[in-house]
Amino acid sequence: MRLTINGRQVEADVDVRTSLLDLLRDHLGLPGTKKGCNQGACGACTVLADGERINSCLALAVQYDGREVTTIEGVGAPGALHPLQRAFVEHDGFQCGYCTPGQICSAIGMAAELERGLPSYVTGDLDAETIELTHDELRERMSGNLCRCGAYNGIVDAIRETFGQIAEDAGKREAA
Amino acid sequence: MSFVQEAMQAVMKKAIALAPDGWIPGGHPDPLMREKHGLIGASISRIDGPLKVAGQARFAAEFPMEGLTYAALRHSTIARGRIVSLDTTQAEAAPGVVLVMTHLNAPRLKPTPPFGSKPQAAGGDDVPVMQDDRIHWNGQPVAVVLAETQDQADHAQSLIRVQYEVQGGVTSLDAARAQGPEPGKFQGELLKVEIKDAEALFAAAPVKVDAVYRTPPHNHNPIELHAATLAWEGDELRVHDATQAVAHAAWTLSQVFDIKEAQVHVTSPFVGGGFGSKTLWQHQILAAAAARLAGRPVRIVVSREGVFRIVGGRALTEQRVAIGAQQDGGFDAIIHTGLTVMTPHNAMTEPFIVATRSAYAAKSFKLEVDTVKLNMVANTFMRAPGEAVGTFALESAIDELAAELGMDPIALRSRNEPEQDPTNGLPFSQRGVEQAWKTGAERFGWETRNATPGATRDGDWLVGVGCATATYPYYRMAGGAARIILDRTGRAVVEIAAHEMGMGTATAHTQVVAERLGLSLDQVEFRYGDTAFPGLVLAGGSQQTASIGSAVIVAHRTLVTELLKLAGNDSPLAGLKPDEVGGLDGGLCKLDEPGRCESYASILARAQRETLTVEGEAPPPLELQHWSMHSHGAMFCEVRVNAITGETRVSRFLGSFDCGRILNAKTAASQFRGGIIMGLGLALMEDAQFDERTGRIMNPSLAEYHVPVHMDVPEIEVMWTDEPDPHAPMGARGIGEIGITGVGAAVANAVFNATGKRVRDLPITLDKLL
Repeated sequence: MRLTINGRQVEADVDVRTSLLDLLRDHLGLPGTKKGCNQGACGACTVLADGERINSCLALAVQYDGREVTTIEGVGAPGALHPLQRAFVEHDGFQCGYCTPGQICSAIGMAAELERGLPSYVTGDLDAETIELTHDELRERMSGNLCRCGAYNGIVDAIRETFGQIAEDAGKREAA
Repeated sequence: MSFVQEAMQAVMKKAIALAPDGWIPGGHPDPLMREKHGLIGASISRIDGPLKVAGQARFAAEFPMEGLTYAALRHSTIARGRIVSLDTTQAEAAPGVVLVMTHLNAPRLKPTPPFGSKPQAAGGDDVPVMQDDRIHWNGQPVAVVLAETQDQADHAQSLIRVQYEVQGGVTSLDAARAQGPEPGKFQGELLKVEIKDAEALFAAAPVKVDAVYRTPPHNHNPIELHAATLAWEGDELRVHDATQAVAHAAWTLSQVFDIKEAQVHVTSPFVGGGFGSKTLWQHQILAAAAARLAGRPVRIVVSREGVFRIVGGRALTEQRVAIGAQQDGGFDAIIHTGLTVMTPHNAMTEPFIVATRSAYAAKSFKLEVDTVKLNMVANTFMRAPGEAVGTFALESAIDELAAELGMDPIALRSRNEPEQDPTNGLPFSQRGVEQAWKTGAERFGWETRNATPGATRDGDWLVGVGCATATYPYYRMAGGAARIILDRTGRAVVEIAAHEMGMGTATAHTQVVAERLGLSLDQVEFRYGDTAFPGLVLAGGSQQTASIGSAVIVAHRTLVTELLKLAGNDSPLAGLKPDEVGGLDGGLCKLDEPGRCESYASILARAQRETLTVEGEAPPPLELQHWSMHSHGAMFCEVRVNAITGETRVSRFLGSFDCGRILNAKTAASQFRGGIIMGLGLALMEDAQFDERTGRIMNPSLAEYHVPVHMDVPEIEVMWTDEPDPHAPMGARGIGEIGITGVGAAVANAVFNATGKRVRDLPITLDKLL
């Protein structure tokens, strides 16, 4: 199978049982994506597949033949961090750092969903043109990513600082 | 312990209590605690932050090794008995399988020294690890499979056929109780305090409350799974572990494998959360045994279910709290008794009375913990063992008494503020609980609350506020040691076998060392998490900061002494004694004459030295028996309870803390919030459900064992007095655990204020409010 990971073409020959998560961690030397439960309950393994956030532990690697996957290693590196990564450091949006790559990939995917106008469980008006990134919208949409250290306040602050303008920008585009 | 030993210990304790302050560690306040404008307390981002947010911090299961095999465990399905037959043929024939290890072919191992049996011991229990056919709990590993990939190992373990013979086993609380309780011990001391006749004074008191509070078993559930990557290199065992006790792990492994401690090298640079659980359990031992048998390196990543099966959590408690008071609120009697469970093979008692020993003044006390034994995975330390659940009972009872008296619960607490430790008589080292209450109440707006339960409604939502005291002691364990290496460029490296599980250790201690030596942050490197470094430093009991701090103080004094010797007569420092100088601007200066200085670089250059290396060992922690040293917090909570569904949402939370000096405002705030959030889990959702028929945990996953998620957590406000403890290193008492204490009661008390319903069984799920 052949897939694009962080912009690089990768060839892999793995067991059909191998999850995308294990492919990344055990076979491709990309351990930035974390294993916290291996059953889709914690979100530590979140990556972006063709721009959408998925739990890589619930994805079979072979399903991703020919597709594009972005992991935390492709988001930004020390010295060239993504603005969201910098905001996580500034707002102390982590302690142990283990759920962090998943939180960051998930937040990037979430921002894209919001920009596309996808509603969530707490969205009041399902037909709204734009959805504001309120405190509840953000928390609801990020609730699939557990943080046992309890860095939630810092995570929310970092995401709001980085993506807080999205709803407004989308609204402005509509107006223009 | 013999009568003579006990008598000797009592005499020693008295002597330490009565000794002059100056003879005791902490008797001379650490000069750093008064520094107000330097690096101590500064809000500095984590130095390892960029690595962590980029996924570049390497955890235990992420270290590459040549020829690595992957391990999978098979767990028993009975609680007690023996293995009758084990058929591994299919598993051995499965593709990629390198080894199937059972008690029939496992190397012979020595018993694991359990926690508390020796200062360096780290075992969760003393059950022989895969040495015989006996089963001691439901979930005990009965086989290990090594294969070329994780998928192959996972599949092969499913092909193993095991038959058991059940032999008795105690798996229900009633059956355990019927066997008779035994007195509980914690840190070698009996969990029992009796001052005057508390039952009689309680009976005679004009106002009283008397109730039983229950807390279920809890699991730590750090998001990083317990894991190790290890290999035998000749007779030496190299372990990349996820541990909060590197030196303990190395020593304990050396005992099990009957080799020298120096033959085990454990490193753990990053740990993905621990909370008391990341110590030595069977998985590291089994992986090392299998690695020896197979002659290959092994990576073991315990499954999430496996973590519930082989890593113990907090035991259940059943606590009676009875308080008798005068009409003015003064306590005549505090009775806090009850039971908790443990296993036949460990020594850990959940010590739920410890907070009650020093929280309030009363004319009489009766505090006691009984234990009964179940066949279950060995319970262990979990964030604030004792205080987390003990304060739920005590602080709920205080709230119940305040309601009974028609008094404000903060005023009731203040009315019973002790002048000295109420149960051991020692003076407090520093106690600012009243200040924490005052500033917290003002900030939260406590005076606007409606004291009448069930009286505030917002649509379908009943709104209420509650409060509780948080408290956790200062601890320091023996064994702290540190090495300082100063070089000719004026840079310092500190090495100590300590840990970074997210507490901010590396960042905070870089600040402390830089301040102590008079260097900038980038001139200091703090190295930790490696048994090549000195010290027996447990990241537990909120004591790591004190342990590191006291060791660095000693090493630093040696460093200064050596530097003054090297400086000699040609230095502006000539003739000065260590007490007369301090670190400033990259060198030593006379304390009362800041112009009289010489830089480290200059001293070393003149002495023609490239580096100066010193080591120091912390003194025994006698301060614990000389002062009563405790941190406190005032916890405030607002809840909204749905009148139709019974769902509880926490809408506001504030913690106001008095924990001595705060070393890093940013990471400290995160520590406090993290503790509070785990406390919200304890209050509202966490419950490891134990099947009393089979002794099996029924919800071993993060889908069924609920922990707080983003949506459960409001913006949490934290504040602190920053009043230094004059007898603690840096004036800091440790903050890792206090955040979880008091939260259960603050939430329960708010739920009572919202609904008029008093929930005494945690967690407060919606069925209890309908």
